[in-house]
Amino acid sequence: MTKRSTWALPYAIFLVLFVALPLLLIMFYAFRDGSGHFTFANFTKFFTDKDAIETFALSLEVAIENTAICILLGYPAAWILANKKLNRSAVTIVLFIMPMWINALMRTLATAELFHMLGFQLGKGTLIVGMVYDYLPFMIYPIYNILEKMDKSYAEAASDLGATPWQVFWKVQVPLSMPGVVSGIMMVFMPTVSTFAISEFLTNNKIKLFGTIIQENINSGMWNYGAALSLVMLIIIGITSLLQDDKKELNEGRV
Amino acid sequence: MKNCENIIEIKNVSKSFGEKCILNNVSISVKQGEFLTLLGPSGCGKTTLLRMIAGFGSPDSGEILINGTDITDMPPHERPVNTVFQRYALFPHLDVYENIAFGLKLQKVPEAEIDKRVRKVLKMVSMTDYEDRDVESLSGGQQQRVAIARAIVNQPKVLLLDEPLSALDLKMRKDMQIELKEMHRKLGITFIYVTHDQEEALTLSDTIVVLDDGNIRQIGTPTDIYNEPQNAFVADFIGESNILNGKMIKDRLVEFAGHEFECVDEGFGDNVDVDVVVRPEDIYITNKIESAQFSAKVKSCTFKGVHYEMFVDTDKGYELMIQDYNSFEPESEVGLIIRPADIQVMHKERSMNTFEGEMVSEDSVRFLGAEWKCEPQSGLETGDKVKVEVNFSKVDLIDHPEDGNIEGEVYFLLYKGDHYHLTVRTEHREYIWVDTNDIWDKGDLVGVNIAAKDIKIIKCND
Repeated sequence: MTKRSTWALPYAIFLVLFVALPLLLIMFYAFRDGSGHFTFANFTKFFTDKDAIETFALSLEVAIENTAICILLGYPAAWILANKKLNRSAVTIVLFIMPMWINALMRTLATAELFHMLGFQLGKGTLIVGMVYDYLPFMIYPIYNILEKMDKSYAEAASDLGATPWQVFWKVQVPLSMPGVVSGIMMVFMPTVSTFAISEFLTNNKIKLFGTIIQENINSGMWNYGAALSLVMLIIIGITSLLQDDKKELNEGRV
Repeated sequence: MKNCENIIEIKNVSKSFGEKCILNNVSISVKQGEFLTLLGPSGCGKTTLLRMIAGFGSPDSGEILINGTDITDMPPHERPVNTVFQRYALFPHLDVYENIAFGLKLQKVPEAEIDKRVRKVLKMVSMTDYEDRDVESLSGGQQQRVAIARAIVNQPKVLLLDEPLSALDLKMRKDMQIELKEMHRKLGITFIYVTHDQEEALTLSDTIVVLDDGNIRQIGTPTDIYNEPQNAFVADFIGESNILNGKMIKDRLVEFAGHEFECVDEGFGDNVDVDVVVRPEDIYITNKIESAQFSAKVKSCTFKGVHYEMFVDTDKGYELMIQDYNSFEPESEVGLIIRPADIQVMHKERSMNTFEGEMVSEDSVRFLGAEWKCEPQSGLETGDKVKVEVNFSKVDLIDHPEDGNIEGEVYFLLYKGDHYHLTVRTEHREYIWVDTNDIWDKGDLVGVNIAAKDIKIIKCND
């Protein structure tokens, strides 16, 4: 071992202890029954349990809706922030990003309290609103970043070639900002699929998300089933991030 | 149809960014089919002017006409011009074909027609097999070709080119120059070309507009600009030249470098101070001193490929640059001959500094944004408007800007054979001209002082 590679040792130990080992433990538990015998029962239990599948579908639905709303609200916000004509002050940017400085649980508790005070019925509506509030900055920031750094000569070239400001936006600036949207999706979609605390606070535990079920199983000692569910979720997140990686490579090669 | 010959008219265009004046009352007419070049050092305003024609940025005053129509306030996408951008600005999310078809698709040209036209321009820029390529995988030269194709496929009335070759290496640049010229001939559309490279401008253009600090210094054909520069700036900027102070003794006789020469210029008047330009290749150098007009001693001799470049000290103490196919040893005595037709005589733009000023007290005057001590003046009241004259050689430049009465930057320098003639630009973008034997560099920050006795005050009669 050369001297320099020994510097990597602490990181390697960290990775083994806190990333690889837990993953192996999840795999180990997911394929065992309560008495430690190898089994697929945890998975068959999940795929045959209508309630669990429905919760899983609901989780995906909520995550997709949340991500979509974040894009719809976040893109124009990022656009306005990055546009020097519309926004001349760095303070507005900080204001948009500031919620990220505060712990998500505290924000969520406060939001729930606010709904309570205003007399809103807690349910799916409040869940989505709360999630959008929690995750919107994570969508705005990467898009803002890419729009802000975008060479303005692309827009000039497009308008020189006859594009109206609207066409410049749709045909050049939107496609060129896709890498920002992709990172925004990663930062919003993934945590919303696995969240449980937010749904608990914002719906008074009326709506259970996939994360909630995992948490309940683990909390009540059903480690094997919980591990199997975690593994299913990991695979889903893995698949989405793989898709996004593909896209990212494509875009990185071009931008 | 009025002015049907002039496709573009730029009338009295001025533009400032904050206090900085970028263009100062610029007027240019561009003929249909002309290859016009805006030439000048960086920061002279040439790109700003080109961007105004394209529609990016509008003038503070003045107007721009295309085919007799005022387009000053027309947005860029409605203008019948296309631009080749300096760093190409090809769309990275589109391939070569899609980049070129971009403008045509916006105009809703039928697919078949688009296809035909894109293939035609691809052929024209010799990029036929590259249509499916990702633009970022192309070399600089290839990207340049695609950028040109993307602009000309729309058949603009005017093609604007913003230093299109500046990112290419020398060999590629030379090749592209020939291709551009050829393209201009084939397309027959008007080209407006921006460059800081005087050689490129001379090679390509029908007409050159020399710009300096927002002002037009000369408009003319390449041969006019090279052979008959109208002022020292143009003479110095275009090609190599010897620029000397001279005196027109009478018609066809001029004195410079301590000798009298026959020339072909007339109408300057008798005993008038002038600037004289002699190109280094126009000085004949020989070993036969007795048959020459004057003698000199060779200081240095450098081989430059086609010719030798020599610096000589003349018998009267002037330094001249000479280019010749033969080399002459340093320290050798040589004879020099300058033919009448090779002497370019120019009116002096000024023979001294003149400023508008105002008396602040009996012995101080305000000009160039500062107060200066002067000799006590009689017959002038505080607040009187005056004209201030200062000789070029009476202005002191000092190393430390803060030690001067005002601060300035050496903006332009001209070697006049036996001294330097500097243009110093003050913080308020006014100019002071200075004759000095000290060596300064362009961009040096200096302090400016003028002794009280050298400030000449003339009462304004109004």
